[in-house]
Formats: sequence, structure tokens, C-alpha cells
Amino acid sequence: MKHLRILLLLALIPVFSVAQQSVFSYQHLPSVKMKTVKGLPFTSDSITNHGKPIIISFWATWCKPCIRELTTISDVYSEWVEETGVKLYAVSIDDARSSSLVAPLANGKGWEYTVLLDPNGDFKRAMNVGPIPHTFLIDGSGKVVFQHTSFAEGDELNLIEMVRKLNRGEKIE
Amino acid sequence: MKKNLIVCFGAAALTLLLPIVVRSQEALKGSEIHGSMQADATYYLTDTKTGITDTTLAGKLIRMNAFTEVNYSLGNFTAGVRFESYLPPLTGYDVQYNGTGAPYWYASYKNDFIDVTAGNFYEQFGNGMILRTYQEWTLGYDNSLRGLRVKFTPYHGITLKGVYGVQRYYWEPYKDYNRGIVKGADADFFLNDIFTGMKDARLKLTLGGSFVSDYQQGATKEFTSGTQILTLTLPENVACYGGRFNLNLGGFNWQTEYAHKINDPTALNNYIYKSGNGLFTNLSWASKGIGLSVMSKWIDNMSYKSDRRDTKNMVNINYLPAITKEHTYALASMYPYSTQPNGEVGIAAAATFHFAKNSWLGGKTGLTVAANFSQVNGLKKTALNDTTMIGQTGTEGYKSSFYGFGDEVYYQDANLEVSKKFGKKWKGIFSYLYQTYNKLIIEGHEGTIYSNIGVADISWNITKKVSLRGEFQGLWTKQDKGNWVAGLAELTVSPSWFVSVMDQYNYGNDDTDQRLNYYTFSAGYTHHSTRIAVSYGRQREGIICVGGVCRYVPATNGFTLTVTSSF
Repeated sequence: MKHLRILLLLALIPVFSVAQQSVFSYQHLPSVKMKTVKGLPFTSDSITNHGKPIIISFWATWCKPCIRELTTISDVYSEWVEETGVKLYAVSIDDARSSSLVAPLANGKGWEYTVLLDPNGDFKRAMNVGPIPHTFLIDGSGKVVFQHTSFAEGDELNLIEMVRKLNRGEKIE
Repeated sequence: MKKNLIVCFGAAALTLLLPIVVRSQEALKGSEIHGSMQADATYYLTDTKTGITDTTLAGKLIRMNAFTEVNYSLGNFTAGVRFESYLPPLTGYDVQYNGTGAPYWYASYKNDFIDVTAGNFYEQFGNGMILRTYQEWTLGYDNSLRGLRVKFTPYHGITLKGVYGVQRYYWEPYKDYNRGIVKGADADFFLNDIFTGMKDARLKLTLGGSFVSDYQQGATKEFTSGTQILTLTLPENVACYGGRFNLNLGGFNWQTEYAHKINDPTALNNYIYKSGNGLFTNLSWASKGIGLSVMSKWIDNMSYKSDRRDTKNMVNINYLPAITKEHTYALASMYPYSTQPNGEVGIAAAATFHFAKNSWLGGKTGLTVAANFSQVNGLKKTALNDTTMIGQTGTEGYKSSFYGFGDEVYYQDANLEVSKKFGKKWKGIFSYLYQTYNKLIIEGHEGTIYSNIGVADISWNITKKVSLRGEFQGLWTKQDKGNWVAGLAELTVSPSWFVSVMDQYNYGNDDTDQRLNYYTFSAGYTHHSTRIAVSYGRQREGIICVGGVCRYVPATNGFTLTVTSSF
């Protein structure tokens, strides 16, 4: 019986070995309903950028490092867009307490990102996000190629360097 | 012989299985496995100054809260499970969490028309004033429903939802109606998608409505009134329903939600038979460089739980967030407001302005100014008659009117924040706050605390990857524990390292023995989405809030290890 079990387990190896290649990376974003800051319906399938790289940053109005990250990027964002065509989606996980402050804050700070509301964390859960800020980089085919939690000044340089690599067709380690 | 037989049988089985394996490879193509984990472990030290002894720690010096969640998806199918361990729970978390298990598991299927989930789920109707289930790990809060959820999208712009289940209560399994069964339905209509004539209209309108019912087995409750012992018959079904709209026109946005709950005598409202009402409204305007928002909330007897006996922050069916600003600097968040579900009425206003680079006020680098004001008062309540006290058990409780502002201030906060860059390497955020905190109402301890708070947060980019940040904070008050100062220095090296040291010093405490330093040393390493941090220090007693919920944390001293990861 013991041998049989081993054999059966061996038979399953190819299943996992094939699966392993890509099973832990997001081949495409999960489809989840959110809202725009105007309160209009928005589905994560609409996170697109004409085949150019996409950055998704999970943040909240009460998260200081998140605001530091988005403010730091905001200073160079127009140059980034011009150079690389990258697009940043800032997904706020503010709940009903503060979700109505998201648009005033984002506008008040002069951010030019597409800001989305995920007030009950549906997209956050689907992307397995824990502590924020949590940033994802997505290549032109919709595949997540990099993710990072927390923010330190200088992280934005790493991020744009990876965007440039994607544009050159290089692999992200 | 026997061995050979087994090998032969095995080989045959393998041959038979191969096509299945190959086919399943095809079938499993596109499978994804993702998940996340967090572990918080603390080694506690006794500390005579803050009164932490072996007894207060129940002799358990090493404690850990941890979870691992794994989700599997294949096409339209998703399934997942979360394991949690509290061995035993960290101080400040309810001891009922002690244990380990899988409190969350689900399987779901969705396509363009239907989305079905069996097992545990998190759901929100509208703003959550009627129903919201969610989890906040750092607060030990989880009110997930276990049962069935169905969502339909029958037509573009229409979303219908139905939920049916029981809520989580620590580790206690549901049996014999030990808590209520929650049933709910919600409909959401985005008119611009439904009516072709409105498709390109500048005015965007969404309407919605919800109905929720909680069934808890009928019970009686005995109570003493004077010398008499009276028996109350408690209602089995408690319904809560309401409607909402969201109206958008260019930069203007106006959203409002109203909810009504039928009589619901509970431990929290002292078993009164009054019905509940709530209204939340928000108007905002945003344009490039300017954001304005005003909001108001009125709630009267709106606590809605699936167990009428619960007085802890568990099994809440609805969500009643505070409308006050949530502060994150240590001293600014020393006196945080939390909603009083039995009744409050409040207003809040916020404004953010950004003065662009090279403008008159913006200077070379731009300037951002944000102001915020909020005030929450009690309700204006009058007695039902001359012989009944306000809130008397077994009665209708009290009389109140729509939006009746009471005289008692529960909380007030006025604050101003200025953010400015100085050249390429220096940045500063300067805040001033004035807070009024009614401790009697919020915490049940005597007194109202008036405090002035100042914070300077300055960061210096030493090189492109290395930066140093310092916080200087002060809180001045004549009440409670008196004056505080706090300082923080944090060095970060992108993309991986940080070290920080922080001290909060209660130099103004009337009791000179309690003029303590609450110092913390921390260091951490981040690699992609994995973060490991260690800290050592003394944490002051206080209330921490995340999202809209607050939790009391006792004073602690010790070493803490935190690991978070997601994949």
C-alpha cells in the first residue's frame, strides 16, 4: 500500500511542476467591482493602459507613508508619463468614514492619478494586500511583475527603473 | 511476490492515471495560488512603573497572533481559507480569541451575470449603515458572515445582492440559535447605464435600497423596577432598512443614506423598545488643486447586532463610523473619538488646497494646506412622561426629534496642516490641532479633556536612497495626564531597511512618579511584499483606531516581532 501511495504521489508531480511556473504570479488582475471617486461603478477589468505598464498603489487618507509615496511620485509623475507612458491607479481602501474625503484630498494635493474607491476592501482582498502602502507593477500584458509593501524615499526610483525595463522588453527579476 | 504485485498494480494505476494527469494539467492551466500571512509575537517584560506584573500578564510572557490565508483561483472559480492562531492572544485582544483554527473559508463562482459565494464572506450594502461585514486584523475585529451570498447583474447598471448567514463570534460555533441569523437584500441602480437617454448626461445618479432582518430566538429578560420583578418579552425578528442616492455633477458629489431600524431592546441600549434612525450625508467639490467636503451624521439608537446580549465590539451587523478625522501622529491620536451608537449627531468639514509650483503662495516647490473641523454632540432627549426616566428598561426609552442636537459636546477637533518642500532635499509637514474629548461619554471615566497639539514632521533626503525623518510633537492639556512631548527619528534606506527610535514623555503628569518615558526602538527589512520588523520598548495605555473601529490597548513593555508577507 505504501508503494502505491508513493506512486500516486509521483504521478501528481507533473501537475504541480507545470503549474508551478506561473501559479504564484497574477497572470491578470482579478475582476472586482469598485467605485470611481465620483461614486460611479468601476470594474478592475478596466484597469488598462494600451499595452503600457501600470502601477497600482493601495493607500488610504489615514496612511501617512501612503501619502508620502503618492506625493513623492506626484512630483515626477508628468515626466514619468511623458517618458514611459506608465499609468498609476491609486486604490483607496478608505471606508465609509473617510471615502468621501478621498476625492477632495487627491485633488487638493494636485494628484493626477486615476483614483478608485474600494471601501470594503474587495479588491484589496482579491490582491491579498495586507499592510499598506502596497504597490504592484503590471506589464503590458496585464501580468503582475513586481510588488512591494511599505515606502521609503527612493523606492520610486526603483519603480520607474523597472517600468523602463519593461518598455525595453527586459525581464524583471 | 506481494511486493511485485503492488509495483505492477502501481504501474498500471500510473498508466491509467497519466491521461487524467495530462488532461488535468490542461484543465488546471490558468490556476493561481495567492495568499498572505502575518505574525505578531511579543515577549513581555514586567514593568513596575506602568503596573505590568506577572499577574496582569497571567504568567504568559510570550504571546502571538498569526494568520495565513491561501486563495486558489481557476477561471471563474475561487476558493480560500484563513488559519488563525492566538497562542495566547497579545495583551489587549480579547482572551476569547485564545486558540487556533480556520474561522474563514469559502468557495465562489462568478460570471457576468451571477456571483455566488458559499462559506464566509465580507459584504457591504451602501455606506454600511445597514450592513457591513469586514475584518481588521490589527484590531482583532472580524464580523464575517458564514452562509450564502448571491449577487446578480441582470441588466447593465443594476446590481442585486442577497445574503443569508450567521456572524463570527471569536471561536464559538453557531448552534441552537446561540446568535441571530442574518438575512439581507440590496439593490443598486446606476441610472445612466440603465436609461440610454441618460448615458451621456453630465448628471450621474445612483439609487439604492437595502433590507436586512436578524432572527434571534425569542427570549425573556427579567429586571427589577423598584421592588417589582418584571419580565420583558424580546422581539425575535429585528428589521433594518433604508435608501440612498449618489448624485454627481462635474466636480460636485452628493451622497446620502437613511436607515430605520425597528424596536430592538439590547444590552447596549439598556433594553429599551425604541426604534432606531440614522442619516448620513456628504457633499463634496473637487477641482484641480482644491478639495472641499462637508458631511453630517445623525444616529439615534442604531446599534444593530446579531446577538442582543453582546456589549463588546463583536457581531455588529451595521457599521457606524465616526465622521471625525482619523489622526496618525502619536500625540494627535491620544484622544481619538469613537462613535456612540446609542445616539449622536455631528458635522464635519474638510478643505485641501494645493498652490502649484512657481505660483505666488506655492513658491518654487508648491505648498499644500489642509484644514479640518468636526464636532459631535449628544442627542436632545426628553423623558416619555413624568414617571419614566430617560432610557428606562422596558419602556420606549425617550423622545427625540429628527436631527435634535443635544447640548453635550462629545468631541470636537479643529486642525490645520501645512506641507511644504524646501529645495530638493527637505520636506516638512506642520500641524496644529485643538481637541475636546468627553472622556465620560467615550471611555466612561470622569472629565472632559481640552488639548492643544503641535506636530512638525521633517524629512531630509540625504542621498537618493537614504532619508532621515524626524517628528517633534507636543500635547498640552490641564486635564487627564497633563502635558506630553514626543520625538521620533527614522532612517530609511530604499528599498529595504529602516531603523527608528521614538520617545513619548509625559513630563506634565501631576503624579511625579508617572512622568514616564515611553520609548521604542524599531528596525525592519522589506523584500518585495515581505516585511520583517523588530521593536523593543514601552507602549503607553491608549486606544488605537484603524478604519473606523477603535480598540483599547493596555500599557506594555517588551520585544515584538512582526512578519507580514503576501504572494
